[in-house]
Amino acid sequence: MEKRYFQKETEIMPYEQLRQLQSEKLVKQVKHVYENVPYYRDLMQKKGVTPEDIHGVDDLYKLPFLSKADLRDTYPYGMLAVPLSECVRIQSTSGTTGKRVIAYYTQHDIDLWEECCARAIVAAGGSKEDIVQVCYGYGLFTGGSGLHGGSHKVGSLTLPMSSGNTERQIQFMMDLKSTILCCTPSYAAYLGESLKERGYKPTDNYLKAGIFGAEPWTEEMRRDIEKSLGIKAYDIYGLTETSGPGVAFECEYQCGMHINEDHFLAEIIDPDTGEVLPEGSRGELVFTSLDKEAFPLLRYRTRDITVLTREKCACGRTHVRMKKPMGRSDDMLIIRGVNVFPSQIETVLIQEGYAPNYRIEVDRANNSDTLDVYVELAPEQFTDTVSGITARERALAGAIKTMLGINPAVHLVAPKSIERSEGKAVRVVDKRKLHD
Amino acid sequence: MAIQQLTVFLENKQGKLAKVTDLLAKEGVDLRALSIADTAEFGILRMIVSNIEKAKKVLVENGILVKITDVVGVRLTDKPGELADVLSKLDGAGVNVEYLYAFLVPVAGSAYVALRVAENDEAEQILKKAGFHLVEAKDIAS
Repeated sequence: MEKRYFQKETEIMPYEQLRQLQSEKLVKQVKHVYENVPYYRDLMQKKGVTPEDIHGVDDLYKLPFLSKADLRDTYPYGMLAVPLSECVRIQSTSGTTGKRVIAYYTQHDIDLWEECCARAIVAAGGSKEDIVQVCYGYGLFTGGSGLHGGSHKVGSLTLPMSSGNTERQIQFMMDLKSTILCCTPSYAAYLGESLKERGYKPTDNYLKAGIFGAEPWTEEMRRDIEKSLGIKAYDIYGLTETSGPGVAFECEYQCGMHINEDHFLAEIIDPDTGEVLPEGSRGELVFTSLDKEAFPLLRYRTRDITVLTREKCACGRTHVRMKKPMGRSDDMLIIRGVNVFPSQIETVLIQEGYAPNYRIEVDRANNSDTLDVYVELAPEQFTDTVSGITARERALAGAIKTMLGINPAVHLVAPKSIERSEGKAVRVVDKRKLHD
Repeated sequence: MAIQQLTVFLENKQGKLAKVTDLLAKEGVDLRALSIADTAEFGILRMIVSNIEKAKKVLVENGILVKITDVVGVRLTDKPGELADVLSKLDGAGVNVEYLYAFLVPVAGSAYVALRVAENDEAEQILKKAGFHLVEAKDIAS
């Protein structure tokens, strides 16, 4: 089989040469940040590090970490490294409260990001002959625009469907003969079921590949999707903080995602001590951007727990591979592709007059995430009819839906029936068991 | 005029009802009537008891969610068609009955029914006019 790459020279660059390239870029990137982002300059000064101390990748460990908290503290402009007039785009995480992270892009940054997505599309077998149906959400969410831009770079015919409206998705998929599908894995599974319900066999559609990401999914789910749609399903990874999807992607060997490390330098650290761990260790993934202009982040802690490997990949790419993230090291949940913080639910409860005693249970039924919220009923909220209580449950579910964009099942329970704990309460039970 | 019902929120779990009845038993509270509306997750226990203040106190002290609700008590003659008659009178006057249940009768040949409606006074007037006997608090006290 002919090996295909979007940017062959970089993608198969020998490791020593790649590392040299990373070192050169890192020195420049650190200087750029130090000179233009006072917040990070302060962090460096507190640690006693100057750009002169950074000669290459080997000096990376000297730099201070950044976390989501830093991004929140500097919201909205504190991490901007170029004049705002140089920026051409803003994207944002799905956070709807104080958790929102805003990312800025110059045209250079957009090109870089879209090229990463283009690499993913080509790795999935895409070319200018393909019709790429993008049903990630468009808008502030990076999923839609990232794959859309990548598809343009490849020269594929791009169908900017955005999310939802399954009837129309299927109509376009069949009528226009889409060959590559881009969406969340749960939506891909749903499309598979919907096609079956309408009497289509897996061989009836024209799809050959799917690029799925933005939420955790299992190997079992991959096989289900591949079977129901008659395609090969590829994983893609990214986060708004680093650009969006395309930071890492799977090749045809489906053995982990190649990190585009000519742009994003990856490290694995011990989430508790911050110590850098050797290759093959499980730990928190940390990214350092290497050539971003507007929103460069050095040693950004993703909270994703994974393992890196440099074992040779049969596809010929030399870029390091990461396993599917096994979970987050903080309390953020990804439910149906949407970032959910327990604190957001807490906010709604308080607004709606409930005490913040609650338990969140996330599970997966038929390849779709479910969200159950258990809340204690206060004496003044108690009514003597079942309809009175179910009406309260519905109203609260509606308020949570408005906040998160996800419809939860709300269960009102007796006072004091939710376990209290000393210190940090266990408010979240994730039963999805996606990974062993 | 209305009688007081003790309403209790119960999680639909084993032992929850037993705990309530046990607490009431220890306080010497007598149950005159009892009904449960249940869903898969919770139940609403409605009781007419001999001493509602005492009952409420002990349950609240034990962390149980309670509420006092006014209901209309009506005494019927124990014969076919009596309840149908009550309901048709209320229905004819546009009064919606949310729920009802029967309860223990200290008077032979009679039946007591507790009715939950939106407007107690209105329902009571309708039933009085129709010649029914209303149950009063003294009829159920110990």
